[in-house]
Amino acid sequence: MLDSNPAAGKAPLRAELGRTLLAGSGKKFDRRSRLFAMNRMFRYLCIAAAAFVCLILVLILFLMLRTGVLTFNHISFADFFFSSDWTPENEQYGGLVFIFGTFALTALTLLIAVPLSLMIAIFLSVFVPTWLKNALRPILDLLVGIPSVVYGYLGLTVLIPLIRDVTGTGMGDGLLAAALVLTIMVLPTVSRISDDAISAVPAKFSDASYALGATRFQTVWKVLLPSAKSGIMYAVILGMARAVGETMAVVMVIGNTPQIADSLLKPTSVLTSNIVMQISNVPFDSTWNYALYLMGFLLLLISLLMIVAVRWLQRRGERVS
Amino acid sequence: MKNPISASATAATASNPFRRDNKGFNRINDRLFSGVIWTAGVLIIAFIFGLLYLILQDGLPKLTWDFLFGLPSEIDEGGGIGPTLLNSFYILFLSLLISIPLGMAAGIYLAEFAPDNKLIGFVRVCVEGLASVPSIIFGLFGIALFVELFQIGLTILGGAISLAFLNLPVLTRVTEESIRAVPAEQKSASFALGATHLQTIMRALIPAALNGIITGICLVAGRAFGESAVIILTAGVTTSGEMWDFSLFSPGETLAVHLWYVQSEAIVSDAQEIAQKAAAVLVFVVLLINLLFRIPLWLNSRKTRR
Repeated sequence: MLDSNPAAGKAPLRAELGRTLLAGSGKKFDRRSRLFAMNRMFRYLCIAAAAFVCLILVLILFLMLRTGVLTFNHISFADFFFSSDWTPENEQYGGLVFIFGTFALTALTLLIAVPLSLMIAIFLSVFVPTWLKNALRPILDLLVGIPSVVYGYLGLTVLIPLIRDVTGTGMGDGLLAAALVLTIMVLPTVSRISDDAISAVPAKFSDASYALGATRFQTVWKVLLPSAKSGIMYAVILGMARAVGETMAVVMVIGNTPQIADSLLKPTSVLTSNIVMQISNVPFDSTWNYALYLMGFLLLLISLLMIVAVRWLQRRGERVS
Repeated sequence: MKNPISASATAATASNPFRRDNKGFNRINDRLFSGVIWTAGVLIIAFIFGLLYLILQDGLPKLTWDFLFGLPSEIDEGGGIGPTLLNSFYILFLSLLISIPLGMAAGIYLAEFAPDNKLIGFVRVCVEGLASVPSIIFGLFGIALFVELFQIGLTILGGAISLAFLNLPVLTRVTEESIRAVPAEQKSASFALGATHLQTIMRALIPAALNGIITGICLVAGRAFGESAVIILTAGVTTSGEMWDFSLFSPGETLAVHLWYVQSEAIVSDAQEIAQKAAAVLVFVVLLINLLFRIPLWLNSRKTRR
């Protein structure tokens, strides 16, 4: 069709052909460059989003630290960490009560929740037939979604009167009530992840154990649990993170009194509950507020340390398997 | 049944004098263990159902339209939850509007574009770290950002953005994991047809990963709907007092916060009843969010299985 030596009369036709060729290639080039540009733009958008997520964490760390450190302009380091006298009205900002409360509450919660969760995990992964398992797992998932303030409400209206009746104390709120409410809250998380870990142990392990004549108890105790150890640790740490950071459910049942809890039934306070109860009433530029931010920074540090622990566990788990 | 087994066992291992006792002990132990696990399992499952029943049966039968759409009252009986319920959905909607695009984009980056190096490892640690930050920290962050820095006070906007930050890392992780779970063949096939990376992501990877992503969004939406600590700190414990107020800068007490407020601070005489009904509505909506969105997914997975 393209004549290399065209006659003069064909000139308009050639021009036409050239135009269509140009238009065709131009259109094609446009589409290609547009696709190319969109790909590139999308890539940059995604990078920006990922950077934004990191930026938020860095910004949170920076803001909490910067505001929290201002506390030490007015009181000494030892005053905050080793004094249990929290009376902001008299310029006393001792945080020991809350730090102790958080650790005690978390320990008590895990003490109750971990054995129970392991029982449910074993129940789901070893004992129950498949159809029932498939029905029960989503129910546990649903339980994770119930708002924490509903748990707090139930604790306040059902659990605390119960504790009052059983123990005969006047108040009923305190570490025990908070730990029981938190147990119900972390139970689904811990048991679901432990259940996954136990189910992920290769079937040949338990088959071999049964073939050696081991009972079900021996198989679970000596084969399945040790094999799933790192997954179970992961579950426990996640449960711990939730127990440390939980706010509303704890606020409603712990009593919110800044005194060291030397008994399970004494109203006390933890880091989260103290922050949420007091932050709205204090001016931003006051030592009181700075001390609350410092407590927030402590919470942040605890939760980030747990993430480091989880990653270390995962890396160790990968090396073993 | 017991006799022949133990008899043959003793015959086979006559040289081991402890064998027989050991076996009896093991059997009792095993029975005991099974018994304990079964009781614990059944008791806890029954407990869960009891809990749900307790919340729902106290409140659901008493619900009326007046209560659902009425204005709350500080002093008189018969206050409703209208504005707080509206704020709950409004803040949920706004926070998802912000966090879904951002979270999905970050997840797509980590799954598809990110090189495997130290920096990206650090980004992953950041995402995981952010996911474990207690919700109250986001509240403190929101105060420092919106109340102090931007001086806009306690608003719906501040609450929604703080809530979006809370949800962001979860959405990022869910998106990344779901996209990674798509078989490599589908991606290769799309590339082999001449599709660009963007087209592959949009037309092949995201549809295939949609199940996981939507499950994640449901999880996040349920959590955001019931979240209260962040909202108390950034959106306050009052409403503007009007129904159908869509202003971004009015105070935004949500239903979850209202439940806490009524239970611990309010002075109305029917606080107990309001709390019961509010708790029932809260749990009902969360169950709905979890179930309603999963039905089409469930049908879809049944259809695509074969």
